[in-house]
Amino acid sequence: MRMTVAEQILARASGLPSVKAGDVVEPKVDLAMSHENAALVINQFNDIYKGTNLTPKIWDSSRVAVIFDHRVPAESPKTATNQKKVREFVGAQSVSKFHGIRGDVGGICHQVLPENGYVRPGMVIVGTDSHTTSHGALGAFAFGIGATEMASVWALGAAVNIEVPATIKIVVKGRFKKFVGPKDLILHIIGKLTAQGANFKVLEFHGPTIEQMSTSGRLVLCNMSVEAGATAGIVPADAETERYLREEAGVAEPIESVKPDADATYDQVVEINVAKLTPQIASPHTVDNVKPIDQVLGKKVHQIVIGSCTNGRLDDLAIAAKILKDKKVASGTRMLIFPASGKIFRQALTKGYVGTFMQAGAVVMNSGCGPCLGIHEGALGDGETALSTTNRNFKGRMGNPNSEVYLCSPAVAAASAITGVITDPNQHQLGRASANSGERAVRPTHN
Amino acid sequence: MATVVYRVGDDVSTDVIYPGRFMATVLPNETPQFAFADDTAFNGKLQAGQFPAGSVLLAGHNFGCGSSREQAVSCLKGHELVIVARSFARIFLQNAINLGLRVVACPGIEANVGDDLKLSEAGIVNTSTGRVYAVVPLPQSRQAIIDAGGLIAYTRKRLMSLGA
Repeated sequence: MRMTVAEQILARASGLPSVKAGDVVEPKVDLAMSHENAALVINQFNDIYKGTNLTPKIWDSSRVAVIFDHRVPAESPKTATNQKKVREFVGAQSVSKFHGIRGDVGGICHQVLPENGYVRPGMVIVGTDSHTTSHGALGAFAFGIGATEMASVWALGAAVNIEVPATIKIVVKGRFKKFVGPKDLILHIIGKLTAQGANFKVLEFHGPTIEQMSTSGRLVLCNMSVEAGATAGIVPADAETERYLREEAGVAEPIESVKPDADATYDQVVEINVAKLTPQIASPHTVDNVKPIDQVLGKKVHQIVIGSCTNGRLDDLAIAAKILKDKKVASGTRMLIFPASGKIFRQALTKGYVGTFMQAGAVVMNSGCGPCLGIHEGALGDGETALSTTNRNFKGRMGNPNSEVYLCSPAVAAASAITGVITDPNQHQLGRASANSGERAVRPTHN
Repeated sequence: MATVVYRVGDDVSTDVIYPGRFMATVLPNETPQFAFADDTAFNGKLQAGQFPAGSVLLAGHNFGCGSSREQAVSCLKGHELVIVARSFARIFLQNAINLGLRVVACPGIEANVGDDLKLSEAGIVNTSTGRVYAVVPLPQSRQAIIDAGGLIAYTRKRLMSLGA
């Protein structure tokens, strides 16, 4: 049949025996996710029914998810009023997958969906958030749409007039060096492909390195696939996907996986060996401005952020806690940590990571998007620099156009918090922090 | 004739077109005030109503990359700008078609602020330089939505036919 994973999923969801890149299809949607921007979706949804004698009704309320994460708790009366409107709407429409501002079931949408078992291999998932690509980590075809398109999905239960995207196959081999991982890999890929290199295409990840990678790491790859322009990122479901769904997401039902056909047609094949990959940094102001860390070592950093839908999971916090144990955040630098969900926050508490962070001087904040998109906390001052494990560094992203954001892995963020300058965790371990620095590293102050 | 009133480069993100801190504002009649909010000179001219309807914002490749926020489209539509770009990011293009913001993909376009462009399906003529550029047709898949006058009208039509 020569189909990629995306083609197989779209064929099945569209009731067709096969599809190929370029075909126009109308796939049924298995899961439709929104966050606070459901407020706009509701307006558009009601608009659709204007002048008809039909009552606005979501096609299948069990397939709609609404998760508050962008502005939690609300930073303004306007946001609080939007959230109130959304709460009333999801109540009236009996939307069961609603996660409000809570410490038990709340969190960032792209973590809440997988950890609750809402995401399954083979699903078609749409979300009014560009990082909906994340869910391809579990073998789903997941892509971002606008609010009006979501309103149409709520009404029809299908995504209309979707062009089947071509697929780029990414084959990854080799073992990561210490303190190098999925974030460095995806930054490297984005730098290689450029910000538009995968526009209108799917990234399908293969190879031994991916097979050995945890679902948490695969979420990082798929999350940031959109930064190369990709419609979706997909890791074909395998034994690890099943393990995650059973052990971490509590799924009991049978799990079906979708594998690409052996003779699937790919737009291009990119092979990467990670054995020599060093920590990667995306420099301001585009995500594809990627450099090996040695080109930016020693850059003074005012704010360190660990968290977000990209790198706010337990393994991210674990590596940061290991590096920060009995250390101090440098004076002149502040560190903000946002676990990706209430569940992860509680796990981090049990494991002692939260205590380690606070002892080190970091501020641990509630789960949510936090400062990633400059909405309501952790803004930067004029001329300040942030080093962040988040996914975007566009001008003004962290709330101030007169500031800059560098993107990195949790290990680099933690090591740099101790020195106050961009630091390679490997060199830090050896006590050679910021070797090529023009600036003097700030020594950690103990107690 | 459409005059180029502003020019931006490649990879202009929706964070630049409509900064995140204004995202709580969603209504299409309220978003235009925040178009390119951090570019105070351009935003000021937009707010002062200096540009006639149909004026061209000229962009490089991958215009509208990043966040799926629809405000980035509605804020430009409110100023009745036409966006001519070498290429568009997928979600932005989709949103533009859904909302009826006029967009033209023209990979080879060369023009400066002040140039007058003649836009047609056949191509773009820069009447200030006399040069002609081919345009990329919008995806066929979206034509039915354009013909219906946007996705709301299209979906309404589909619902009515289902209900019948």
